[in-house]
Amino acid sequence: MNTILGLYNYWIVIILMMAGLYILIARYNLIKKIIGLSVFQTSIFYLYITMGKVDGGTAPILLDEPASYSNPLVHVLILTAIVVGVATTAVALALIVRIYESYDTIEEDEIKAIEMQEQDS
Amino acid sequence: MIATQLPALQIIIPLFAAPIIVLVRRSELAWIIAVVANLMCVLVAWKLLGLVNEQGIIRYSLGGWAAPTGIEYYVDSVNAPLLLLVAAISAIVLLYAYHSVKKSVDSNKHYLFYAAWMLCLSGLLGMLITGDAFNVFVFLEISSLSTYMLIAFGSDRRALTASFRYLVLGSIGASFILIGIGFLYAATGSLNMLDLAQRIPDASSERAILVAFSFISIGLMIKSAIFPLHAWLANAYHHAPITVTAFLAGTATKVSLYVFLRFLFSVFGTQYNFEYLLFNVILLPAAVLGFLIMSVVAVFQTDLRRMLAYSSVAQIGYIVAGISLATQAGLTAGYVHIINHAMIKTALFMSVGCIIYRLGHAHRPSLDNLIQTMPLTCAAFIISGLSLIGVPLTVGFVSKFTLIGAAMEKGWWMMAALVLVSSVLAIIYIGRVADVMLFRKQRLPNPIPQGRNEAPLSMLVPMYGLIFMSLYLGVYGSKTLAVASEAATQLLGGFR
Repeated sequence: MNTILGLYNYWIVIILMMAGLYILIARYNLIKKIIGLSVFQTSIFYLYITMGKVDGGTAPILLDEPASYSNPLVHVLILTAIVVGVATTAVALALIVRIYESYDTIEEDEIKAIEMQEQDS
Repeated sequence: MIATQLPALQIIIPLFAAPIIVLVRRSELAWIIAVVANLMCVLVAWKLLGLVNEQGIIRYSLGGWAAPTGIEYYVDSVNAPLLLLVAAISAIVLLYAYHSVKKSVDSNKHYLFYAAWMLCLSGLLGMLITGDAFNVFVFLEISSLSTYMLIAFGSDRRALTASFRYLVLGSIGASFILIGIGFLYAATGSLNMLDLAQRIPDASSERAILVAFSFISIGLMIKSAIFPLHAWLANAYHHAPITVTAFLAGTATKVSLYVFLRFLFSVFGTQYNFEYLLFNVILLPAAVLGFLIMSVVAVFQTDLRRMLAYSSVAQIGYIVAGISLATQAGLTAGYVHIINHAMIKTALFMSVGCIIYRLGHAHRPSLDNLIQTMPLTCAAFIISGLSLIGVPLTVGFVSKFTLIGAAMEKGWWMMAALVLVSSVLAIIYIGRVADVMLFRKQRLPNPIPQGRNEAPLSMLVPMYGLIFMSLYLGVYGSKTLAVASEAATQLLGGFR
C-alpha cells in the first residue's frame, strides 16, 4: 500500500512522462507532438520538485526558531528548466508556422508524402 | 588580472556578441563583429591551453562562489584542446561563410543568422568548459536551440521539417539528460562533477545511479548521433545552409561526445559493472554496425551533402569504437579522431559549399568533369577525401592506425578487420565522386558552364588554411597523438 500511496507523486510523474512520449510518437499532427513534448518536459519538472520536498518542511526562509525546510535548489534548477522548455516550445511553434506557410499542412504524413513527391521529380 | 578570468571570458565573449549583433542589424557589420568575437575566443582558448600545459588543471569559481556550492569551470588536458578546436573551426567557417551566407540567406536576416551562430558557439564552448552537471544541460540547450534556428535558415523548405525533427529528437535527448542529472542529484546531493565523482561510489542506492547513468547515456547518444540514434542527422546536414553544416559537422557532435566521455570516465568512473555492459554490449556493436552500415548507405547517396552526413555517422562510429575499448590506447584513438574528423569533415563540407556556391547544387551525377571549371575546389575535396579514407600522411591515417593498433592490443582482431572493410567502403564513396569530377566527359547537355569558374577567394583561403593545418597534423601525427594520449590518461585517472 505504501508503495502506491507513499510514492503517489512519482506515479504521476511516470504516467505524465509516458503519456507525453506516447503523444509525441503516435500523433502525426505537429502541434499535438509539441503538446506531447511539453507534457513530457513538465513531468520532469514534477520529478525534480518532488525530490526536493521534505515531509513537514516549510519554505526555506529565515525563521526565529529552527525548522526543517524543503530543498530550494531543485526549485531554482527547475526555474531554469522551465525557461528552457518555454524557449523550446516557442522555437517549435515558430517552425510549425513556417512549415504551415510553405507546405499548407501540419500533418506529418502529408508533409512526408509531399517530400517524397519532390524527391522523385 | 585578465589571465585569471580567462575561463569566464571564453563563454562571455560570444554570449555578448550575439545581442550586440542583433542591435547592429547591418549584415556586414554583424559578420565583422562575429568574426572578431570568434577570433578573441580562439585567442582565449589558445591561452587556456598554454596555461593548462604550464600549470595543470584550472578551476574557476563563477562569481566567486566556491565549488561545490557555486558553478565551477574546469579546464584540464581533456577539454582545453577541444576548446581550441571548436573555437578555431568556428572561426575558419565563419571567415568562409561571408559569401556563401550572402547568397543563400535572405539579406535582412543575416544579423539573426550570425547572432544564432554566436549563441551556438557559446553553448558549445560552455558544454566543454563547465564542471557542473546541470550547467551542461543549460549550455546544451543554448547550443541546441540556436542550432535548430540555424538549420531552419536553409533555402529549401525541407530545412524546416529537418529542423523540426531535430528539435523533437534533440529535446527528448536533452530531457533524458535532465532526468539523469535529477537522479544523480537525488542520489548524491551534488551537481558539481568533481563532487559527484567522489560521492557516487558511496551513494546509498546503486539503482538510482544506474538509472541516472542510463538516461544520461541515451540522451548523449542521441545528441552525438551515435548509430542507431542518428536519425536526425542526415536531413539536418542535408538541408541546412552549407556553412552551418560545415560548422556543425566539426563541432556539435564532437562536443556531445566529449560530454559523454566526461560522464562515462570522469564522473561515473569505470568501477561499475554496468559500464562494462554498456561498453561491450551496447557501444561496441553500435559503433561497428554504425561504421559499416552507414558507409554502405553513404555509397548509394547521390547528393554530396547527404553522402558526407552518413559518412559522419560512420566516422562517429570509429570514435565510439575507440571509446568502447576503454583502454588507454582506445581512448587515445577515439580522442584523436574527434580532433581529426572535425578537421576533415569541416574541410569536406566547405569544398561542397564552394561547389554549391557556383553550381547551386551538389548532385553527384551532374558534376561531370568539374575539375576543368573548379580545379582548386575539386583538389580540396579530393585531398580531404583521401584523409577521410585514411591514406598515409593524412590525419585520417593517424586516427585509423591508432584505432586498429588499439583494437589489436586488446585482441579484438575482428574489429580491426571491420575498420579496414569500412575504409574500403570510404574509398568507394569518395572514389565515385572523384571519378565523376576528374574523368567523366560531359554527358549531360552542358550542365556546367565551361571555363574557369572558381569560388571566391574569401571561401578558398579559409578552406585551404584548414586543409594545410590538417596536412601538417597528418605529417606530424605525433603532436595530436601526444595531446590525445594525455587526455586519455586524464580521463582514465578520474578527477584529480
